[in-house]
Amino acid sequence: MKLVLTKTPMREQDPLKRRNNFKEVNLGYSLEEALHEAKRCLQCKKPKCVKGCPVNVPIPDFIDAIVKGDLEKAYNIITTSNNLPAICGRVCPQEQQCEKQCILTTRGESVAIGRLERFVADSFLDSDIKADQEVKAKGKRVAVVGSGPAGLTAAGDLAKLGYDVTIFEAFHEPGGVLVYGIPEFRLPKDLVKKEIDKLKRLGVKFQMNTIIGKTLTIDDLFQDGFKAVFIGSGAGLPRFMGIDGENLNGVYSANEYLTRVNLMKAYDFPNSHTPVKLGEKIAVVGGGNVAMDAARSALRLGAREVHIIYRRSMEELPARSEEVHHAREEGVIFDVLTNPKEIIGEDGWVKGLKCVKMELGEMDASGRKRPREIEGSEFIMDFDLVIMAIGTSPNPLIKASTPELETNDRGGILVDQETYATSMDRVYAGGDAVTGSATVIMAMGAGKRAAQAIDKRLSKE
Amino acid sequence: MYKILEKKALGPGMWYMRIQAPLVARRAMPGQFIMFRISEEGERVPLTIADFDRQEGWVTIIFQEVGFSTKQLGRLEQGDHILDFAGPLGQPSVLDGFKKVLCIGGGVGIAPLYPQIKQLSQAGASVSVIIGARSKDYIILEEEIKGLSDSLYIATDDGSYGQKGFVTDILKDLITKQASKYDLVIAIGPLVMMKAVADFTRAFAIPTRVSLNPIMVDGTGMCGGCRVTVGGQTKYACVDGPEFDGHLVDFDEAMRRQGMYKQEERVDHFCRLTDQGGGSK
Repeated sequence: MKLVLTKTPMREQDPLKRRNNFKEVNLGYSLEEALHEAKRCLQCKKPKCVKGCPVNVPIPDFIDAIVKGDLEKAYNIITTSNNLPAICGRVCPQEQQCEKQCILTTRGESVAIGRLERFVADSFLDSDIKADQEVKAKGKRVAVVGSGPAGLTAAGDLAKLGYDVTIFEAFHEPGGVLVYGIPEFRLPKDLVKKEIDKLKRLGVKFQMNTIIGKTLTIDDLFQDGFKAVFIGSGAGLPRFMGIDGENLNGVYSANEYLTRVNLMKAYDFPNSHTPVKLGEKIAVVGGGNVAMDAARSALRLGAREVHIIYRRSMEELPARSEEVHHAREEGVIFDVLTNPKEIIGEDGWVKGLKCVKMELGEMDASGRKRPREIEGSEFIMDFDLVIMAIGTSPNPLIKASTPELETNDRGGILVDQETYATSMDRVYAGGDAVTGSATVIMAMGAGKRAAQAIDKRLSKE
Repeated sequence: MYKILEKKALGPGMWYMRIQAPLVARRAMPGQFIMFRISEEGERVPLTIADFDRQEGWVTIIFQEVGFSTKQLGRLEQGDHILDFAGPLGQPSVLDGFKKVLCIGGGVGIAPLYPQIKQLSQAGASVSVIIGARSKDYIILEEEIKGLSDSLYIATDDGSYGQKGFVTDILKDLITKQASKYDLVIAIGPLVMMKAVADFTRAFAIPTRVSLNPIMVDGTGMCGGCRVTVGGQTKYACVDGPEFDGHLVDFDEAMRRQGMYKQEERVDHFCRLTDQGGGSK
């Protein structure tokens, strides 16, 4: 058979239409398209893609099952190592992980692993995750702090092993960043709910409105009979640049902007009661996925013009290439090699952004070219809303109420790289609470490994 | 769901509610707040805790109907349930080691002062209290506070009760004419009132604490919407506060940020009025 060097394209909503709605952009594969794509896989004997996946999904095996027409088998193979495939198939940066390792990339495009995972997962949104039939209830309770990707993964894996798991969530709805952060057009909330419902059917309990570090402490959890705790409390506090004008009316953190729009449904104001400032001309500062999400949400809320302000060049944008591509198609303007110096106000409201042009110098510690200001290149652009999407630092609430929990100078919880064990016995942590802003799948990988370590620890007793 | 065990009217559009929330009560301390949400479409709104009982597992809230969500809350009755009720949030007040404290409460701001007055008086401090309100009808918790304070002063804008004027008139009188000395002034009420108090006490170098209640979404530090400038630094009222040194707070900025959604509030109310054929204002 002749090698097909390009991915089977996935159908998308037309850019001019979709920039006016919050419906999902990607429309997924049909069975035919999925089969066509699955057949591109060479079934390597030593598949590198599996190693590129933070949760090591047996990729060639599930693709082989698709080729053979056994979708249920494909689903069961995926869910042996991934409890949230419909989510990963949509938001994973595959091009930096599994797909980057695909042997086909030496000749052309990799197999579209993410799209195939999504196709399989979407076919089984209402079915159950199968726990190993041999596993009996262990009668041991484990507490999971936070219901984002790290917590959901740890909880699912522990429940599959027979533990009695309760997830504690500060918000009124489970899902963490999957519901407050990532917008509907990239990850439909119904789908997140269905993945969470599967965990509920697996026996995982969810306790909402409970802020660990405030409502209950880690010590309270042990006193209440939990034998181990996994902290997946996520990235907490949004970062600002420390420039003048950041407290003007009309300046948002991306966290606040996206939480208002997604979790609190401000796009449906006044039917939903949480407002958000709409803005005509909006600047989003930053170049990651969160910046793309904020910029594309702003377009959908009716902004006339949305700019991404990023200090490095297009090549260094940390966002998934697909998100950048989609954002450009939808009309987001990219002002790269540009850095804000001051937010300019009038009568207390944002009026514009004073920026400086940047150029790239030598490599820095992150392996990227260091941006530096071009002297005398300051200029002003008019904006009526500025959204800061330059990252977050870990939430301080748990640390403040648990002094013995060791953290690094940025506030991230210190863990063992293999087991995700913290400085406290029986307490494990993973995801953004450890690393600061990272990806859904990295958090899931941490949740997975911590679950294994917790099982090992508790099996000794 | 969190049951409303008791509801009482305290004044025009001012309500007292006792809510069954054992986990909130378990760790609640004076100075802290909760976030409530009434319906699936509802906003998350912060309210300071007015009282609590750990054994019986309840906390009380006292609020005035000012925006759409507090009006909605005011329509719930005893036996109804509040959908979401999360807390306790924020830093507890530090109340140890004070001998003579002046507490100043404006309007519904007297409610969060109440548990602090209670704790101060239990710790043996001498507590003086100034209550201020628009008129007699808006004075709350007078009896409760009378029993806990050494002296109680009342000011109303229209003179319908107590002294005619503002709480700051009484404050000035106490400090300048009567030469009263205080280790600490705690002022809770509208931003303009707290600003006026802080501006006055600054000249006399009397430590002054204020409690801020800015717009916030989550209440746990995540959104950063509640940021406030204190002594030139940006603080998050939800995790660093809600209480701050009144002499360092940038009140003008806080007042400006409080008005960020004035336009939307009008739209919100207008739509609702037309939707419901007029019922609430």
